[in-house]
Amino acid sequence: MIPGSFDYHAPTTVDEAIKLLGELGDDAKILAGGHSLIPMMKLRLAEPTHLVDINGISDLDYIKEENGYLCIGAMTRESALEVSELIAEKYPILKDTSEVIADPLVRNLASVGGNIAHGDPANDHPATMVALGAEVIAKGPGGMLTGGERTISIDDFFKGPLMTDLGQNEILTEIKIPTPNGKCGAAYKKLERKVGDYAIAGVAVALQFDGDSCSSAGIGLTNVGPTPIRASDAQDALEGTSVSDDDINKAAELAAAAAQPVGDHRGSEEYKRAMVKTLACRAMQTAKDRAEGGS
Amino acid sequence: MATQTITVNVNGEAKTAEVEDRLLLVHFIRDNHGLTGTHIGCDTTHCGACTVLLDETAVKSCTVFAVQANGRNVTTIEGMEGDALHPLQEGFMEEHGLQCGFCTPGMIMSSKHLLDKNLNPTEEEIRRGISGNLCRCTGYVNIVKAVQYASNKLQETSAD
Repeated sequence: MIPGSFDYHAPTTVDEAIKLLGELGDDAKILAGGHSLIPMMKLRLAEPTHLVDINGISDLDYIKEENGYLCIGAMTRESALEVSELIAEKYPILKDTSEVIADPLVRNLASVGGNIAHGDPANDHPATMVALGAEVIAKGPGGMLTGGERTISIDDFFKGPLMTDLGQNEILTEIKIPTPNGKCGAAYKKLERKVGDYAIAGVAVALQFDGDSCSSAGIGLTNVGPTPIRASDAQDALEGTSVSDDDINKAAELAAAAAQPVGDHRGSEEYKRAMVKTLACRAMQTAKDRAEGGS
Repeated sequence: MATQTITVNVNGEAKTAEVEDRLLLVHFIRDNHGLTGTHIGCDTTHCGACTVLLDETAVKSCTVFAVQANGRNVTTIEGMEGDALHPLQEGFMEEHGLQCGFCTPGMIMSSKHLLDKNLNPTEEEIRRGISGNLCRCTGYVNIVKAVQYASNKLQETSAD
C-alpha cells in the first residue's frame, strides 16, 4: 500500500517546525514515530499534503527529573522507557505501559509524545497519564510574553476520538509527571488478544498513602470510551480507606461502571466492563504492593 | 509529485536516488536497489517480514519513509553475510529455524538487534525480542533455538 502524495519537511528545531506548521496550514501533519500516522496514510484514513518530520529535532528526546517532576521529551522512544533505570526504579507504571504498547520493533520508533498527541483512546499512555495526573507542555507561535508555551492538564487534553486540545500549529514537546513523594505506588494492567493489538481494556492506578490510609487515588481507563476515562467515583471510594480487598473490590466495580465500552471484535460491552473490573482489582493490588515496597 | 535526492548507506554501500517523498523504505530497498531479501508481508506494521536495521535499530521498513533514512545506515539480510554466514544465519540453518522462509529475513534482523543489545538473552527475552515478527510455519520453537545457537557461538567468539 502506498500513501498519498505529500511534501516532506525536516526541520531541526521546534521553532522551525512551528513556523512550518503555521505556513502550511491545516493540510500539514506532524510526523513523530509515524507508527499510527503512516498506517493511516496507507489506508487513506489520513491524507496530509505536508508532513513535518520532527525526528531530526534532537532536544525532544530525554527522560529526566527536574523541579519535582519527571520530564519526558515528546520524541522519547517507547523502547527508551523500557530500558531506563530511572523509570524501572521510580516509575514502574511507565515500564508496565511501554512494554505492552504494540511490539518491540514498533516501540523502537514509536514516541511517547505521539502516543498521547494522537488522541487515540486505544493508546496506552493516555490512561497512565490520567492516573498519574500528568501535564502536557505544548509549544506554539504564541505571544512575546509566553513564548508560545502552555501547560495543559491531562484532564483537559483529550477532547474526543483522535481529537486533543492541541492547536494546528502547536507541538507537544514534553510530558511532566509529579515525582513520587512518600508512600505511593502505581501500576498499569492491559488485556490484549495478542502482542501488538490494542487493549480489550486497560486500567492504570496510582495510589498515594498517608500512613496506612489512601490519601489520593488516580484511576485511568484505556479503550473503553471515546477518550481515556478518569474513574472519579472509584478514586473517591478508595480515598480514606486502607485499600483492603473489600475496598479494592468496591472501587473496581465503580471503575467498571465508569467505563463506556462498545461491543466489537474484541468483545461485548458486558465482557469489556467485566475486564475493567478485573484489571482494576489487579492494578490496585499491584499499586498497593509497590507502595509497600514490593514490586 | 514531490521528490528528493537521498543517499542511504545500504549494507556499507552509498546508494543515491531521486525518490518520491512518499516512497517507503522497503520499496527503496527492494525496487530501487534490487535487494529483495527484505520481504513485504502484511504491509500494515504487524508481521515484521520487512524488518531492517536503521543505524543500530531494528525497524519495520514498511512504516518508515525512504526520505527519513537519508544520510543514515541501513542493514538488510544481504548485509549479514561476511566471508562466512553470520552465526544467526547459521543458527537458522542448523536448528531448522525456518520452513517456508518468508519471515526469516525479518526474524534474523530483529534477532541481530536483540543480540547486539544483549549477547546472552534468556528464552523469555528472545521470545519478547521476536514478538513483533510473525511466523506461520514453525511455532517459534526452532527459531528460539536458532537465536540461542547464535548467542552461544557469538559468546564463544568474543571469549576467544
